[in-house]
Amino acid sequence: MATAVASMEKKNYLNAEYGIRSWLFTTDHKRIALLYLISITAFFFIGGFFALLIRLELLTPAGDLMSADMYNKAFTMHGQVMVFFFLIPSIPAVLGNFLVPMMIGAKDLALPRINLISWYIYIIAGILYLHCIATGGVDTGWTFYTPFSTMFSNTRVVEAGLAIFISGFSSILTGLNFVVTVHRMRAPGMTWSRLPLFVWSHYATSIIMLLGTPVIAITLILVVLERTLNLGIFDPTRGGDPVLFQHLFWFYSHPAVYIMILPSMAVISEIIPCFSRKRIFGYSFVAMSSIAIAAIGFLVWAHHMFVAGISVYSALVFSFLSYLVAVPSAIKVFNWTATMYKGSVSFSTPMLYAFGFIGLFTIGGLTGLFLACLGLDLHVHDTYFVIAHFHYVMVGGAVMGYLGGMHFWWPKISGRMYPESWGRAAALIVFLGFNLTFFPQFVLGYLGMPRRYYDYSHMPEWQALNVLSTAGATILAVGYLLPMVYFLWSLRYGKIATDNPWGATGLEWRTSSPPPTFNFDETPVVTWEAYEYESMSLPEEVTLER
Amino acid sequence: MFDNFPLWPAGASTHALPVDLLYIFLVVLSVATTLAIFAVIAVFSFKYRRRHGREATPIHGSLILEIGWSVVPMGIFLVIFVWGAVIFFDARTPPQDATEIYVVAKQWMWKLQHVEGQRELNELHVPVGKNIKLIMTSQDVIHSFYVPAFRLKQDVIPGRYTTMWFKATKPGTYHLFCAQYCGTQHSGMIGEVVVMEPAEYETWMGGGVPAGSLAQNGQALFTQLGCSTCHRFDVQGRGPNLTGVFGKPVLLEDGRTVVADENYVRESILVPGAKIVSGFKPVMPSFQGQVSEEQLTSLVEYVKSLSQTPAAPAGNSASLKPKE
Amino acid sequence: MSDSPLVAEHAEHTEHDRPELRHHFADEEQQRNAASLGMWWFLGTEIMFFGGMFCAYLIYRLKYFPDFAAASRSLSLGIGTFNTTVLICSSLTVAQAVRAAQMGNRKLQVRMLLLTLVFGLAFLGIKTKEWGDKYREHHIPTFDFSAKDLMRDNQHLFGLDKLQNDPQALQKREAEIQQHSQIFFALYFALTGMHAIHMIVGVGIFSVITWMAWKGRFTPGYHTPLEIAGLYWHFVDIVWIYLFPLLYLIDRRPGA
Repeated sequence: MATAVASMEKKNYLNAEYGIRSWLFTTDHKRIALLYLISITAFFFIGGFFALLIRLELLTPAGDLMSADMYNKAFTMHGQVMVFFFLIPSIPAVLGNFLVPMMIGAKDLALPRINLISWYIYIIAGILYLHCIATGGVDTGWTFYTPFSTMFSNTRVVEAGLAIFISGFSSILTGLNFVVTVHRMRAPGMTWSRLPLFVWSHYATSIIMLLGTPVIAITLILVVLERTLNLGIFDPTRGGDPVLFQHLFWFYSHPAVYIMILPSMAVISEIIPCFSRKRIFGYSFVAMSSIAIAAIGFLVWAHHMFVAGISVYSALVFSFLSYLVAVPSAIKVFNWTATMYKGSVSFSTPMLYAFGFIGLFTIGGLTGLFLACLGLDLHVHDTYFVIAHFHYVMVGGAVMGYLGGMHFWWPKISGRMYPESWGRAAALIVFLGFNLTFFPQFVLGYLGMPRRYYDYSHMPEWQALNVLSTAGATILAVGYLLPMVYFLWSLRYGKIATDNPWGATGLEWRTSSPPPTFNFDETPVVTWEAYEYESMSLPEEVTLER
Repeated sequence: MFDNFPLWPAGASTHALPVDLLYIFLVVLSVATTLAIFAVIAVFSFKYRRRHGREATPIHGSLILEIGWSVVPMGIFLVIFVWGAVIFFDARTPPQDATEIYVVAKQWMWKLQHVEGQRELNELHVPVGKNIKLIMTSQDVIHSFYVPAFRLKQDVIPGRYTTMWFKATKPGTYHLFCAQYCGTQHSGMIGEVVVMEPAEYETWMGGGVPAGSLAQNGQALFTQLGCSTCHRFDVQGRGPNLTGVFGKPVLLEDGRTVVADENYVRESILVPGAKIVSGFKPVMPSFQGQVSEEQLTSLVEYVKSLSQTPAAPAGNSASLKPKE
Repeated sequence: MSDSPLVAEHAEHTEHDRPELRHHFADEEQQRNAASLGMWWFLGTEIMFFGGMFCAYLIYRLKYFPDFAAASRSLSLGIGTFNTTVLICSSLTVAQAVRAAQMGNRKLQVRMLLLTLVFGLAFLGIKTKEWGDKYREHHIPTFDFSAKDLMRDNQHLFGLDKLQNDPQALQKREAEIQQHSQIFFALYFALTGMHAIHMIVGVGIFSVITWMAWKGRFTPGYHTPLEIAGLYWHFVDIVWIYLFPLLYLIDRRPGA
């Protein structure tokens, strides 16, 4: 314990400099990660507020809580805030920024000033979007389909589009930084085959960010131009094609979902070996599956358009490719499970989140197979089945991974331990609340409840399932609030963390908790594989409360 | 609230059963897979839980397993793909002998027209056991024609036609939803598909304005709301006589000529000042906020019925047919 | 392999004689490689950005080919060719500037960079005139757009000569032409406008680079900013090399 106390008093990245300027003008990737942490958490709660509005309205069949227009804005802004201002940055900008340089033995990312600029761009985009919300909001659905968005909506479409366009640059710069860093900044001996899987996944994510985001950028610009200058590119009365928008939109927005899930898978790949005390099963397969997901993920966009008027032959091709992209994800799930075989398994909070991830991502991924199935999609497209599916993968998957990662690396980031029993309780509450919220929606979807309906007074038989869903949402909200509270609590009252409280492999655990500003004083020279748990001893301080 | 708790939708087309079978197969497969993974994790968690004196065994991997659990899922996926593709192909290939019905979607109603001339708003009457092909387009934004009981939907796009075919198997009334977000009243763009026995259907087709129809409701509203005080049928009132107006050109004060179609009637009720008929003064009040969508539909139908001869539901088919 | 932490007490970095070497890089070569790789990837994102618009353009061109061809003929071939030459020359001067830096010749660097700026501004100026012409010809969508002159000059290409005897079909075709050529011009302005914005940014960047060169910041050992700015400029040039034939040279056969 003496070393632990000494390490807290040492100079680390948190106490190296004080004052708001040292934070707002920092180029330290760890401080920038915290700047992102605060901003995306704020947006998470804003997006959550809109979700609350939706679920409250859906408690009763009649549209009695708010006007139709208000509801349409609520689901639009819930989607846009959650996707563009929370999920897409979340793990890469917080955990990725914090950990990638440390995991490869570097002092910082390759382009630290670009890193800071990316945060400022994100903030500018966020402020613009908040202004949009405050001045009337936008009601096009998060997908901005034309010609409704270009010619019929009378809400702040241009502002929302521009805000998201700007946030795209933040994404691109983050991805750029990671790719250059992984290529050029690895410590001596850190070959590609020794990289932690966290880095592999973030590399794959960054490729998607770089190649996909510009396409949504130009798509939104075209929508903005169409609205402001009345160009007619998507206007069928002037020779334009509204379905062209859908192709351009989904060309990014499908790979975007892999931007949201790959980093989460990255976290799971770190947690499971640590709490099974053995190396990951099938390292190269897990690494390559990330690359495969990124590559094939660019080829499946039109599975969102099976009923949009594309030809039967296009539909066949995209359906087939969609099944292909499911295989690498399955490979990961099997490899994680196999890692536990003959391991030494313990049930810390991060591990509970990892279990939750595997379970919920499996369900979400399997229901993706339903949607990729052409015959079935004719029925369930644009119903609550789709909503349930993507929430299973994005919330049950991505957010669980994010929370698991926050718990796993919290000691490293803050130098404190969070209270373990609260952590486990919150994980359980999130898991239960989540399933109660979203499982009924599969049933609702198959029954035929369409998306984006605020009034279902002609279908009162849907109410019971909607009530269950809203009940689940309140439980889920509690589960999300708890970590906020106890993480903040731990900053003051949490047990002081040692350098490596979990006994994990990985270069980040070989520096102090919190790390010094330049991570390593001497550049490490790596001569070992990732996940060599056979040589790691369990630190005595690790007391997992029963 | 809980006496109505269905978990499975009604099935009423030849398409429904194949889709349901595929769905059940997928549900069983998914449940089995999920339970299997949960079970394996549970077993491993218990059997290999951390205990003193027992170390983890380092294992790199297994090529055979990797290949196995790549190839087997891919094989299963291919089965699902082919099965779904076959159903899809069938759903997208309308039979040659299908009866055509035109559908025009607009914010926020469905306008349907049978080839025989019968027009419907938000309701589609079809005979059971006959192939029906819908030819659809939109007047404004993208909508989607969705009948859960048929397990079918198809986006309806402005500027082009899309088609959807089905054969109903069970008489009854089924929900029709718009399944592509289209603006304020997207949730309200719902209706009914009424599947009838062939004899009943014939009766329905042949009859004039059936009892309790939209047009009759409209007639009641016409009096109730006071329209009849100005739009008189006996003498010239302050407003034009509406007999025979629907579907014909109307000369306006400003010299324009417009066709009195549904849009025109609707606009005249909501924004009467937009188009003043030549020879009349702009004195009509607006009924914006005083009439619901359904009431507007009834009024439109009523005005339409004033142009139809009593015996057969004739009507100017040109105005409902989608434009080229 | 032990568990001991790798970090000792943190020590400040010693001063380098090259202040441009940022602390997180081991050496200048790593820094240069990182900057270069970063710029190449960024250009990759720009390809995807323009790619979306190219995609939209190609789809509509395939759909409405004759109308696009006729609209394209109304663009000035002379101005377009001249502008293309100007841009290619500007890329040449950029390359020369980089070479001058590699040779340590400050005066030549600055001269070449100034020339680049001149060429860049010339391109933008000529573009402005071109757009002005388009405005006068009523070829800018929403600003009183009219395809009448296009129809007059391209009767055969549009197929209008064959429809003289059928007034209804003629009217329909003319309405179509009005629509489709408007789409051509919408895409023309979107593409060249986006390109022009990139040029303006490039001119801004090169103004700073020119100042830096004048201050003697670039040496044979270190001229990374100049190199990567050069990469950006070449890319913007290449985008134009694609835009020019796609927009201006659809069908320039005489008498068609």
